[in-house]
Amino acid sequence: MTNDIQNLKEEISGEIKSANDLKALDDMRVSVLGKKGRITALMKTLGGMDADERKTKGQALNALKNEIAELIKHQENALKKQELDARIANETIDITLSPRRQKKGHIHPISQTIEELTAIFADMGFSVAEGPDIEDDFYNFTALNFPAGHPAREMQDTFFLPDDEQAQGEHIKKLLRTHTSSVQIRHMQDNEPPHKIICFGRTYRSDYDMTHTPMFHQMEGLMIDKSTNMGHLKGCLMDFVRAFFDIDDLPIQFRPSFFPFVEPGAEVDIGCSRKGGGLKIGGNKDGSVDGWLEILGCGMVHPNVLKNCGLDPEIYQGFAFGMGIERMAMLKYGIPDLRTFYESDVRWLEHYGFDPLDRPNNATGVKS
Amino acid sequence: MKFTVNWLKNHLETSVNDEEICQTLTDIGLELEKFEDKTAQFAAFKVAYVKSAEKHPDADKLKVCSVETENGIEQIVCGAPNARAGMKVIFAPSGTYIPGLDITLKKTKIRGVESNGMMVSEKEMCLSDAHEGIIEIDDKYEIGTSFTDIYGLDEKVIEICLTPNRADCAGVRGIARDLAAAGLGTLKPQDESEAKGTFKSPINVKIQDTDGCKLFYGRVIKNVKNGASPKWLQDMLKSIGLRPISALVDITNLMTMDQARPLHVYDADKLQGNIIVRATNEGEKLDALDDKSYETAANAIGITDDSGLIGLGGIVGGVSTSVTNDTVNIFVESAYFNPSRTARTGRDMAIQSDARYRFDRGVDPEFTKGGIEMATRLILKLCGDDDTQVSELVKAGDAPSWKRSIKFNTNYTEKLCGIKIDEKSQLDILQRLGFEIEKLGDEYEISPPSWRADVEGKADLVEEIVRIHGFNKIKPISVRSENSVTCSAETQNLKNARTARAAMTASGMNECVTWSFMPKELAAKFGSNDNPALTLGNPISSELDQMRPSILPNLIEAASRNAARGFENIALCEVGPVFKTSKPDGQSTIAAGIRAGQAVTRHWAADQNPRNVDAYDAKSDALAVLEACGMAAKNVQMSRDAPNYYHSGRSGVMRLGKNIIAQFGELHPAILEEMGVKNSVVGFEVFLENIPTPRNKNGAAKPLLKLSPFQPLSRDFAFIVKDDINASDVLRAAKSADKKLIIDAEIFDVYTGKGVEGGYKSLALNIKIQPLDATLTEGQLEDLMNNVIDAVANKCGGVLRG
Repeated sequence: MTNDIQNLKEEISGEIKSANDLKALDDMRVSVLGKKGRITALMKTLGGMDADERKTKGQALNALKNEIAELIKHQENALKKQELDARIANETIDITLSPRRQKKGHIHPISQTIEELTAIFADMGFSVAEGPDIEDDFYNFTALNFPAGHPAREMQDTFFLPDDEQAQGEHIKKLLRTHTSSVQIRHMQDNEPPHKIICFGRTYRSDYDMTHTPMFHQMEGLMIDKSTNMGHLKGCLMDFVRAFFDIDDLPIQFRPSFFPFVEPGAEVDIGCSRKGGGLKIGGNKDGSVDGWLEILGCGMVHPNVLKNCGLDPEIYQGFAFGMGIERMAMLKYGIPDLRTFYESDVRWLEHYGFDPLDRPNNATGVKS
Repeated sequence: MKFTVNWLKNHLETSVNDEEICQTLTDIGLELEKFEDKTAQFAAFKVAYVKSAEKHPDADKLKVCSVETENGIEQIVCGAPNARAGMKVIFAPSGTYIPGLDITLKKTKIRGVESNGMMVSEKEMCLSDAHEGIIEIDDKYEIGTSFTDIYGLDEKVIEICLTPNRADCAGVRGIARDLAAAGLGTLKPQDESEAKGTFKSPINVKIQDTDGCKLFYGRVIKNVKNGASPKWLQDMLKSIGLRPISALVDITNLMTMDQARPLHVYDADKLQGNIIVRATNEGEKLDALDDKSYETAANAIGITDDSGLIGLGGIVGGVSTSVTNDTVNIFVESAYFNPSRTARTGRDMAIQSDARYRFDRGVDPEFTKGGIEMATRLILKLCGDDDTQVSELVKAGDAPSWKRSIKFNTNYTEKLCGIKIDEKSQLDILQRLGFEIEKLGDEYEISPPSWRADVEGKADLVEEIVRIHGFNKIKPISVRSENSVTCSAETQNLKNARTARAAMTASGMNECVTWSFMPKELAAKFGSNDNPALTLGNPISSELDQMRPSILPNLIEAASRNAARGFENIALCEVGPVFKTSKPDGQSTIAAGIRAGQAVTRHWAADQNPRNVDAYDAKSDALAVLEACGMAAKNVQMSRDAPNYYHSGRSGVMRLGKNIIAQFGELHPAILEEMGVKNSVVGFEVFLENIPTPRNKNGAAKPLLKLSPFQPLSRDFAFIVKDDINASDVLRAAKSADKKLIIDAEIFDVYTGKGVEGGYKSLALNIKIQPLDATLTEGQLEDLMNNVIDAVANKCGGVLRG
């Protein structure tokens, strides 16, 4: 009997090993362990045996059943693996085909530059102020110390809108702001010093040629306190241009200049090189400078401007600066033509635009 | 403002080199624009001799010349009619840059004949417009003589960019004074003393326009000889690009450029009676010295005699009384004209002149007399002889008052500029600039000179001191720690603008920046109500004359332009202002976007068939913006009252209370057709200022998150409802069945057609149920489902689809 079992085991083992797919294996399992299976049939014979025999034989058969079940399980795993391997081998795709993907758009260079400027000046403790595009004579000119009869007040530079009949005095004459400096005035009138603000926005001048567009963008900065002096102005702008252009030792020069709303007034140049036709921002390795590039105007806020905003120039003083956003963007990102900023040509937007997920921040610096 | 180094040195005793002069000019606020050394620039251009000139074998109008240069014989093919053997010319070898042609010469073949170099015309040298022939040089010049020597161009020319406040530096003397103050040398003295008059001027002056003309000096000079001015004067004028005319005219030009003192010289024999200065009427005629005929604007400063208008004060003189080579007796004018009046007239009549440039800025009122005396002296020297007689001065009016004094404490310089400059140095600088200083206790009383009308207060004095001392000596101080006003730099509005921009671009739209103005007719279609308060008085063109009421038309036009370039499926967005009124609160910030063409294009693995953009794309974009701005989309109320530039059936408005938060939809087909757009276009506008500021009672902390440990359940329903029932109402009704347990409901199918009666639709919805305290029993679930069915039936008339 033991031999019979041994023989049966060998026979069944051989059959298991030769079952070469899961179906055959399952048939095999049913034929051995199923209700009518060979081992099941043998188990059924146990009932007719005496106690001793039933015990020994029962144990042997049970052991055989478990062993066979184990073998089947083992074979099943092997076949499954084989089958999966075969399937995977057949499931190769062309990984070079284009995926289903939502295209991202691009941030306009003007917005990018504004966000960069905000990040830099926010880091220096400036907050952002806002003002309207449609201004009046007072905020755009008078309060900023533009004398009556100043050319900017005349038709050829400024866009005018019909008078606001409900307004009084210099607020009657409506115009499109020619600079963001008007926001300085509104901010100083509406808030208590100290002031430490920047603002940006659309500005308008009646000019349209290679280097002028009737609408453009400016950024303005203002810092007023009791002892804010020109050294602070220099420190502020030096930190700014170096952060913006991401050049630690960018050479900077301040030269005296004139704007009605500052005194003293200055223009700021940065070092550049025009060797080989292109423009490269920065000085030479040895610290020398090939040329200068004007980038912004600034100065100490004119006492008349402070007075116009209700501040006593004997107590308060401070600086202001302003720059063209497009110019900054053109210089930093090598965009050659101002007019293209407004053409909304998708080829341009995708080429010069910026990734919406990679926004300027102070941690990585504002280079993009 | 242009001058030469040698001209500057007429006024400035200095030993410094050109480079230092140039650098100092910029350092003190007289920004160097250009330093031009023509000797270097034109070094290659030299005299050569044409040995022979034969007709070109293959061209009638060309000649093949053999030219003897200082470096040997060159063959040149030349088209100039005057090219001939035996003449001396200006020759440029290969490799030379020709300014008038903007090319660099190369060795070449012209119709098969080799040509090496060029014989140049005046036009090619930018000397004049003459290009009929090449320059012919007097035979006395040796081969190899420099072009610049012959033409008196051996001057180094400096051009500075003059800021409008510096009237005094519109003359070389003023520049020299500034440079001297900056330590570059000493200002040479000049003779401004009176030229003694020997008779009373027969011509008198009367000022009626006392606002326009404050002061007028005049004098007659008899028996002068006009003609070409001496070479030194001609060369001076030529070096800065002025054309010499005659000695008398050249002298006035010299006074203008040298002293910033424009003068006028009349032919006294052509003057009729006395001179009267009066405001002009509109439409008076003047044939002016700039060879143009003008009709005056009203209120120009008219210089008149008995014949009528003979000149516009401070701007341009007239032909009728002008000096010529035959002029014998002259009347010289030196006057002070009101800057705002000359500026106004100049603009009104569009006249630019060297005189106006200076009067607009304000000439030195105190030098009115000095100017006429210096000019008299020059006229005597260049045009006079023993017979020449000078009259006494005629004077009308008085110099405008210019004297003022400013109380000044030298400590203020450090306070304002953060730089310590000792008192003596400060006062020295002011003194060198011509300021008068008087000590007054601890302070000083500083009086600016007559030529510095721009210096009004103590801040101006500080600028004078610091610009001469050197802006670059101010030490930078960081402002990082100074008065950090806030920790949050952005306003809520700006933050919303930024996040809206990020949301739109992240979902595939390219951000544009478009004009704030648009054609009035187009604006009218987009809700401007033709508001005249928003029409520009002086637009750059009729295409840009109305402040925009909406961003959409600009984006639609941009899409059309891109479609014309082959980019038809496009998504564009913009964040910017729109305008309702011209008052400060009439402007609002909008995030707008459009999609045009196909939303889903062909793709080998596309989940959907290609389809055009539809209103739901725009709705999704609008919701993406709202969510990015921190607003829960479920809070908005929807209505169908979008503006009429949207398709009325396929558009919607999202409101929060009374405020419109957003509107979206298909653009109205009629408007698209009028705009010439063939593509389908959808768009949206989000009113960023109407988005409520997220409230955060507990600072930045978010509400505590409660998570249920029980498995959520999901059940599907299909309801038949009338066509005009809103899906959102069905969802709201379903959710109302149990506001605690039902956490979400979503429509996953909308069906009309076979099996659904006409006028009805089938909405399939899925409901998510989240048990909170215990798993639901079958009975509880059954009840909940029935409640949903009842709620939809009661509130929307929905019947469960069998």
